[in-house]
Amino acid sequence: MSARMSEPWGRAILSSIVALIFTALPLPPPYDSFRPQLLVLVVFYWSIATPRAGGLTLGFAAGLALDIFQGPVIGQHALAMSLITYIAVREHQKIRSKPYFQQSLIALVILFLYEFVVFSIDGWSGHPITSPERWLHIATGAVIWPPLAALLGHTHNRR
Amino acid sequence: MAFGTHPPRSLPARGASPGFRFTLYAFLSVALMFLDQRSGWLERARYILQGAAYPIQLAVNSPSAAWHWLQDSFETREQLRAENQRLRTRTRVVDLRLLQFEALTRENAQLRGLAAALPPVAQRWLPAEIVNVELNSLRQRVLVNRGSSNGVFRAQAVMDDRGLLGQTTHVGPWSTEVILITDPEHAVPVQIERTGLRTIAVGAGTSGSLALPYLPGNADIRRGDLLITSGLGGVFPAGYPVARVAEVHRDAVQPLAQVRATPLGQIDSDREVMLIWFGEDKTAQMQPQKAKPR
Repeated sequence: MSARMSEPWGRAILSSIVALIFTALPLPPPYDSFRPQLLVLVVFYWSIATPRAGGLTLGFAAGLALDIFQGPVIGQHALAMSLITYIAVREHQKIRSKPYFQQSLIALVILFLYEFVVFSIDGWSGHPITSPERWLHIATGAVIWPPLAALLGHTHNRR
Repeated sequence: MAFGTHPPRSLPARGASPGFRFTLYAFLSVALMFLDQRSGWLERARYILQGAAYPIQLAVNSPSAAWHWLQDSFETREQLRAENQRLRTRTRVVDLRLLQFEALTRENAQLRGLAAALPPVAQRWLPAEIVNVELNSLRQRVLVNRGSSNGVFRAQAVMDDRGLLGQTTHVGPWSTEVILITDPEHAVPVQIERTGLRTIAVGAGTSGSLALPYLPGNADIRRGDLLITSGLGGVFPAGYPVARVAEVHRDAVQPLAQVRATPLGQIDSDREVMLIWFGEDKTAQMQPQKAKPR
């Protein structure tokens, strides 16, 4: 049946929009700096789970959306997202077969890479923010990876 | 069985290889960044995209908007009466002060004798509501629900009833991003009201704090001094309150004094801000909702 074989485009896009809304949700200041970059994690998930539905195009589009919402420079998050989705698509079979704990560590590295690219471009473009707060979300992101991957995997395999 | 680098189970991505696509997207991103930074080419695209993002931002805002609406509609008669009373008293006080202010303005103009040399005064304003959306937790920015369709322009002063809040940066069709004076990238030319000394107040990056990094160690500044806009630079009208000096730290080793000030505008508790037009020597008037031909 072709419907069963089709890629979960709809869910990938829908969950990305939900994640985007989450990044724009106002939170009171102390919790604010711990807010995980959910959109990065969701796009990363789809890129390793189904590199066709996820992958570079979704990553680039999500990055552009982030640029509109929060970036001082257009293209900044798009570049960072393209980079991590590229890594995800290249290595998706290796990452997919790992247990959740190891995937969490990979997510940690990926989030660090993402934040590092954004941070560097912030600096080069003359909008530097050096406060250590900006690195906090990497840890929370890695912590929520297992439940997030389980949830997305559930919606994705249920059919 | 395995052929080359691609194991047979792997579904190759649609169309071009990921490496090629990554190169393409990376070049595209860098080109976008370059265009956005170096030239105004992307202003138009940004404008359209900001318009496209606005529905999502409104959706994010809707729970808190609904909550405020509920709170407003279930206020009791007593509360409303009390508020009404309070507002009426306040209006009376403000009216009296305004009369005095107008007399002073006239007198001031006569004393100076030079209409052209008068500092620009806020001419009209437009109330705008803050859209409750997190733009970037690392930066001090807010989104307000007025855009170029309401005549808002870039680098327009934004105030509340207590003091200066910031200026507009990215103007969309229905929404505008406001950079607050507390943002580390923002600097506002100020004047110490007591002495007339001019300096620059830079955002400290946290809400509720400004730094005055360019004052020499022997500058005449004290705790409690009021900082007003100096009007230099032309973005902000002169003479509006900005902040109150909270802390002056003088170190014999350091050539410059370390001064912190607390902004008077209450961005954390505001739901409504005012966008200011200024230019002519007129006192402020409420802007009519429909722009009248001028």
